[in-house]
Amino acid sequence: MTVNGNKPKFAMYWAASCGGCEIAVLNIHEKILDVDANFDVVFWPVAMDAKYKDVEAMEDGSILLTLFNGGIRNDENEHIAKLLRRKSKILVAFGSCANEGCIPGLANLSDSREIVSTAFNTISTDNPKQIYPMISYDVPEGEIHIPKILPVLKTLDQVVDVDYYMPGCPPESHQIAAVIDLVVQVLQGKAELPPKGTVIGAGNSTVCDECKRARNIKMVKSFKRIWGVEVDPELCLLEQGIPCNGIATRSGCNARCPTAGAQCIGCYGPAEGVIDYGARLISAFASVIDSNDPEEIDRILDGIVDPTGQFYRFNLAGSLLKAGKPAWEKA
Amino acid sequence: MGKTLVIQPVSRIEGHAKVTIQLNDAGDVDDARVNVIELRGFEKFCVGKPVEEMPRITTRICGVCPWSHHLASAKANDAVFGVEPAPAGVKLRRLCNSIAYMEEHILHFYILGGPDFVMGPSTEYPTRNVIGIVGAVPEVARQVVKVRHMCAKMLETIAGKSIHPDAAVPGGFSKPLQKEERDALLPMAQECLELAKFSIKFAKENIFPKYLDAVKTIGTITSGFLGTVAADGALDLYEGKLRMMYSDGSYEDFATPDYADFIGEHVEDWTYLKFPYAKKRGPFMLEDNAPSLYRVNTLARINVADYIPTPLAQKELEEFRANFGRPAQLTLLYHWARLIELLYNAEMAVQLLNDPEITSRETRVKVTPRAARGVGVVEAPRGTLIHDYTTDENGLLTHVNLIVATCQNNSAINLSVRQAAKTLIKGGQYDQGTLNMVEMAIRAYDPCLSCATHKLDGSIPIKLDIVGPDGKLLDTLTNS
Repeated sequence: MTVNGNKPKFAMYWAASCGGCEIAVLNIHEKILDVDANFDVVFWPVAMDAKYKDVEAMEDGSILLTLFNGGIRNDENEHIAKLLRRKSKILVAFGSCANEGCIPGLANLSDSREIVSTAFNTISTDNPKQIYPMISYDVPEGEIHIPKILPVLKTLDQVVDVDYYMPGCPPESHQIAAVIDLVVQVLQGKAELPPKGTVIGAGNSTVCDECKRARNIKMVKSFKRIWGVEVDPELCLLEQGIPCNGIATRSGCNARCPTAGAQCIGCYGPAEGVIDYGARLISAFASVIDSNDPEEIDRILDGIVDPTGQFYRFNLAGSLLKAGKPAWEKA
Repeated sequence: MGKTLVIQPVSRIEGHAKVTIQLNDAGDVDDARVNVIELRGFEKFCVGKPVEEMPRITTRICGVCPWSHHLASAKANDAVFGVEPAPAGVKLRRLCNSIAYMEEHILHFYILGGPDFVMGPSTEYPTRNVIGIVGAVPEVARQVVKVRHMCAKMLETIAGKSIHPDAAVPGGFSKPLQKEERDALLPMAQECLELAKFSIKFAKENIFPKYLDAVKTIGTITSGFLGTVAADGALDLYEGKLRMMYSDGSYEDFATPDYADFIGEHVEDWTYLKFPYAKKRGPFMLEDNAPSLYRVNTLARINVADYIPTPLAQKELEEFRANFGRPAQLTLLYHWARLIELLYNAEMAVQLLNDPEITSRETRVKVTPRAARGVGVVEAPRGTLIHDYTTDENGLLTHVNLIVATCQNNSAINLSVRQAAKTLIKGGQYDQGTLNMVEMAIRAYDPCLSCATHKLDGSIPIKLDIVGPDGKLLDTLTNS
């Protein structure tokens, strides 16, 4: 990475995340050179030396573009989110965790004490004295701190103001490359930035619109789990009774999962105009149920064995259910 | 009253791990600890989920090695449902595993570990990075980028997604491989094999001899080793029995569902990461050469395997063993072992693609849920990965236990850091060199503390705050 004070500054950071967003960025391969050619990379733990202190020393607003991935799971994630917001002109919520909480957001259905207690009492854990990690502990020379887990996992825009949203778990590499192209064009005066709040690096319709499977009239007499179906390789999965989330999910991935014979699980988040992902999906599934008999409808719905995981697998923390805040906090 | 040194952040996971070093009144090291500070709670929130969804939930534990979690989870599913997966499905899973391994091992050797080799461990940071490699061997760097890109493309062809895949399902694989796809993949796999052959030759001729002399003292500890072997003792990264080899070379083999009889996990209050230990050999002790101490990852697998079932990698293993014995203990040999595994996986990928059964239409067998327990184990690039599920009669999870690879090197990483700190910090004297050497001790294990990925410039950011007994900041050192 070159260091040249004249180029616009770029940063990328991961909070509570799996690293997949970083690998997706590395997987744009030679395109990464465009980032280097057009930006000074000033803070990017995966790619260069990164120190909080250096960021703290920068002038407010001096970083042009920050891609922020990962959810806000502990007080250190929150601190860095606020720091980078202050230092960045454009802050992008990058990837599902920062956008909507992603799978780690499912932990918001449990008390954080239960989470710790479960992890430290599994069948292979040897913990007769019930020892748990302490936020601070004393050693003869002083006190050592580790970050505090927050009561719930929050999305980035539940902690700071966000300029753009780039969905996906992880964002597809071709979409990342397209966004980098756009930003480079903006820098060269050849394009303009979209309005604040826009979803970038994704399509404006649904996964169904990108899916090549044949669609007829979707009506189902039962919802089936994937192991219970001999999957037809050509036919729409939902028509086969497999609860596929493509109908409510934003396009942008080229329908990779349905193409591979597995139902969409919603990693690109709510489609354009959808206020609440789960609510849209519930309504879509309701509309394909082929029955008017309340008892039969109940039986059909029993086929969805894990409603939270079906309707909010990626979106729980960011949904209208407000699972991104503890119940005792005011709205 | 001594001083506490804090190294933060350490590793590629900014802020997810730090090192604390305690100095006594004489300024010597009393103790050093690596604190891991992340916990996302998968073992809790997966309870109640349909077990067949776990292969696409647990991938989100790690975006660097999602294939390992995906496959361990699919295998635990096979066990829960009580089925032998379709043979072609197993071969497709093995193929994906080998390709994912190549992608990771290439990345680690050339971009993370490589700079240490090419530039030497004691050079200054500005030259010890991937840019240095591009300058030194540009044609190699180009080929590395090309082959990594090809690996991702191959995974997308076979399985849809390369990161966070969903093609492995209970009973097999969701989609068959088309013959024309296989024909397109085969030359790519052959190109991977060429790079693998080149890499180990290049390393043995140009890098390892001088490198090994320079770093024989860094982070050295003596331990046992855990890895997976096939029924006949062959190296196997996908399936087999577990082998716990002790430091004297003796070993015990056990079936994967019995892992909890052999592995215990100790808890400390200063880190979110537990400490697995070989519990049949004694209590947990955070001490070098403790009877219960073991390591995982490349060196462990190369040590526990009786042989490697592909010809080129077997030849390399024989040479490695002639030089370093069995078990080899030198921590930095993890890098050499990684290249032997790269070669093995490249040979495996070509072999699997040439297998006529790989394009069979029968990639899945039917399953039906039942109340059962299922354990799925694979060798992740960073070590043995265990998924243990229990379900009710509807196939909904009632219990989940996960032992991840890096966790099992927790003790070793702590001990290597302590060894490096004690050796290097005397009488309160420390400097930039100290930081470099402590960093080397950690990097040897390629830690993936909370699913970290790899830095491009080869340096782990370290900030060393020297804090007095009253908590006042006395001094700060950084490695930039």
